[in-house]
Amino acid sequence: MGLTYSNDFILLNEDTLSGFGLDEIHPMHQIACHDCDLVQKLPPMPKEGAIVCLRCGSVLIRTRHNSIDRTLAWTIAGMVLYSVAVSFPFLAMKSGSIIRETALLSGVQQLFGQGEIVLATIVLLTCVTIPLLQMLLLLYIFLPLKYNFRVYSALPVFRVFQHFKPWSMMEIYMLGILVAIVKLGKMATIVPGLAVIAFALLVIVLACAISSIDDHLVWDCLEEKR
Amino acid sequence: MKAEDPRYASARRLGLVACSDCHLLSRKIVLGSGQVAVCPRCGGELHQRKPNSIHKTWALLLAAIICYIPANVLPMTITSALGNVEADTIISGVIYFIHSGSWEIALVIFTASIFVPFMKFLILIYLLLSVQFRSKWRPRDRTVLYRITEAVGRWSMLDVYVVTILVALVKLGVLADIEAGPAVIYFASVVVFTMLAAESFDPRLIWDVVEDNE
Ligand SMILES: [Zn+2]
Ligand SMILES: [Zn+2]
Repeated sequence: MGLTYSNDFILLNEDTLSGFGLDEIHPMHQIACHDCDLVQKLPPMPKEGAIVCLRCGSVLIRTRHNSIDRTLAWTIAGMVLYSVAVSFPFLAMKSGSIIRETALLSGVQQLFGQGEIVLATIVLLTCVTIPLLQMLLLLYIFLPLKYNFRVYSALPVFRVFQHFKPWSMMEIYMLGILVAIVKLGKMATIVPGLAVIAFALLVIVLACAISSIDDHLVWDCLEEKR
Repeated sequence: MKAEDPRYASARRLGLVACSDCHLLSRKIVLGSGQVAVCPRCGGELHQRKPNSIHKTWALLLAAIICYIPANVLPMTITSALGNVEADTIISGVIYFIHSGSWEIALVIFTASIFVPFMKFLILIYLLLSVQFRSKWRPRDRTVLYRITEAVGRWSMLDVYVVTILVALVKLGVLADIEAGPAVIYFASVVVFTMLAAESFDPRLIWDVVEDNE
């Protein structure tokens, strides 16, 4: 089989296969692949890397070094950038002597104004509300983990957070800005505002925050504290 | 190392249920009617397989395919400039970019708006049929195919956002004005429905067939 071993990836060995009986199953030592349902023994966790399902190749667990500190730091940076992105001028269009300035929410407002209520809500949710919620939920989960205090139902909150992930689409909106700039380039000059720069940085920062989360560690820590 | 190795045991075979959210393994219990099992760790509902996966996926997929037609035929934007009114569809937008020399942008829009949803339809139909006809052919590759479809679908939202940004920027009274066309909502629906369809498909069904045939 054409599988490669790299430093970051640990492939489960043949002898860690689940040839065991029911009594040996322990939730901390075994995991079932979410894509193919194969039960496998977990090897010792690497400091930073991924454990891959030996049957279908899905990533079972991704471990991150210093995960809690890093996630918190990126999230706080994200909150600052977010507040800049929503409050400062976003894009301005200059055509002759006419200048039109817009904010991040202008598009949504225009769509509401044109009666496209469902559409406006979809854009608002995917590019403005859900990213903010994601960061707030991250703070709610990671601040207690870092400073060792308890909050109300952190486990369900983390579960909800996981479900938000595919619906946060700021990076696609960013690409949309580039396409719009090229499209309007012929008829007007587009001046990027401070908010666009903050928005672009926010896309990167939020991606870093989410990729530094160590799901397995979070579940374990939250369960211990319950 | 073969997928059919008899030492391979799925959670289903061992009488276990894996939580879809926190991956905790629990022992499957017999439920009365109307009862649901709940994960002892995170509180999510436990199901050995996503309930009604095949039917739900088909329904959402059909809804997406139906929306795909008006999304491509109706105008995405209605531009009025100095008294001229022009309606643009996705395809006419792509052609505009090719003519104006920005073929990279044309390619990005074509891929995100036309190619990705279409491929997603084909792949999901293939996966559904392969499970329903109990195919044992290359389960690993089919799982990878599923994972790719799940990951790229969101990028089809691109054109919806482009319209949102254009609508906000081009508001110069009689000089130039852009309004969102009727296709945009259908287009957003295609993306939402295909994302939900991919989410409701259970890739473990592919492997169940392989195991049952041993
Ligand atoms: Zn697997
Ligand atoms: Zn759970």
